[in-house]
Amino acid sequence: MSSDTGEFARRDRAWHPPAFTPPYKTSVLRSPGKALVSLRQSIGERTGPVLGHGDLDPLDNDLIRNYITTGGEAIGERIIVHGRVVDEMGRPVKGSLVEVWQANAGGRYRHGNDHYLAPLDPNFGGCGRCVTDDDGRYFFRTIKPGPYPWMNHNSDWRPSHIHFSLFGNAFAQRLVTQMYFEGDPLIPLCPIIGTIRDKAAVDMLVAKLDMNEMVPFDSLVYRFDIVLRGRRSTFFENRPEGN
Amino acid sequence: MPVQYLKETPSQTGGPYVHIGCLPHFAGLNLRTQEKLHVLAGGGVPGEQIRIEGVVWDGSGHPLRDVMLELWQADSTGAYNAPGFRGWGRVGADPQTGLWGFETIRPGATPWIDSRPQAPHCSLLLFARGINIHLHTRVYFDDRPEANAADPALLSIELVNRRQTLIATRQAGGQGGSDVPTFRFDVHLQGDKETVFFDC
Ligand SMILES: [Fe+3]
Repeated sequence: MSSDTGEFARRDRAWHPPAFTPPYKTSVLRSPGKALVSLRQSIGERTGPVLGHGDLDPLDNDLIRNYITTGGEAIGERIIVHGRVVDEMGRPVKGSLVEVWQANAGGRYRHGNDHYLAPLDPNFGGCGRCVTDDDGRYFFRTIKPGPYPWMNHNSDWRPSHIHFSLFGNAFAQRLVTQMYFEGDPLIPLCPIIGTIRDKAAVDMLVAKLDMNEMVPFDSLVYRFDIVLRGRRSTFFENRPEGN
Repeated sequence: MPVQYLKETPSQTGGPYVHIGCLPHFAGLNLRTQEKLHVLAGGGVPGEQIRIEGVVWDGSGHPLRDVMLELWQADSTGAYNAPGFRGWGRVGADPQTGLWGFETIRPGATPWIDSRPQAPHCSLLLFARGINIHLHTRVYFDDRPEANAADPALLSIELVNRRQTLIATRQAGGQGGSDVPTFRFDVHLQGDKETVFFDC
């Protein structure tokens, strides 16, 4: 949480995917039909929960080792994903919880609703989390998830991806998204990525190979920077906030 | 051309397996087995214990059985991030029925931007497969009619008959023989009863 409770800049709804996107079939019955109602941000939108280091286990950001059941480590291409979380003004977002989840190297999730024929890896759970440092940086270690088929247009395929959840420092900054991998030929074919209209917006979700940070004889590294909403300046502020 | 700032990272759906990352024990993983994020306040937190429960309905009248919800609220005095009460919770809908519920305390009044009081309410976010960017709504309480009638956020909803979609209804009797007041808050994603969702 920040003691600053200033208002956040408007969310650019044309940049985010719209709710109703028929090529992604599930959105058809789950998209509001009426316009969103504009709401001025008061204290509940300008503040957020403190979910800090005290809640974390040291292995929470090591998906290769945080779900070992039969010994050894998770199977797959070893990678480290790192990046910086900043706001729209480029300021670091400190102390933000970052949660990630993903399929295993074969494209299978550890979830009762996933019936894909690829096998589960007994040593991979697919769940991790960390907290950004004072410079907004985060990192975690995992295996590269496999692509997987899903019921949309008779076996569409999801590109390899990692799901991300971010809190920022206020409920107005809350964001859930997905990270993709540079060079994946499935990216332009994916109906879920296709819900985003602007190519430049899609590019923000594609992590870049970072050979500079590569760990010799161990792991490739991908960089994924994230931008959350930023607080506006408060020129001639004259509204008593009551807090 | 206007001044350019960085663009926000675009949203993507949480997908059908959102529980793995957000509620791993609920998803069946042997991780964080002690976490009970749907319980914001057990005994010992000052305030009136309440339960808020409901179902999220899709446009064809089917329950969303894979939805995840997050609640954010003030404590009983109207303070956010108060010591001893985090005010944040998270729950997954029942995979068979779609019913979800939070155990919490009734929030106090909080200030609007001009210091007028806002009626006691909780912020509620919805994440699910098929929802491309999370939906943001509010839960008010039907046994506080005077406060609701003067609430600046409710009053800012131009279509008067839609305001009631944000008001949870107190259920007769307690949940399972307990005397904790239970408030029902169903969310309708589409149709005549469509819940008000905010852009804020
Ligand atoms: Fe996925």
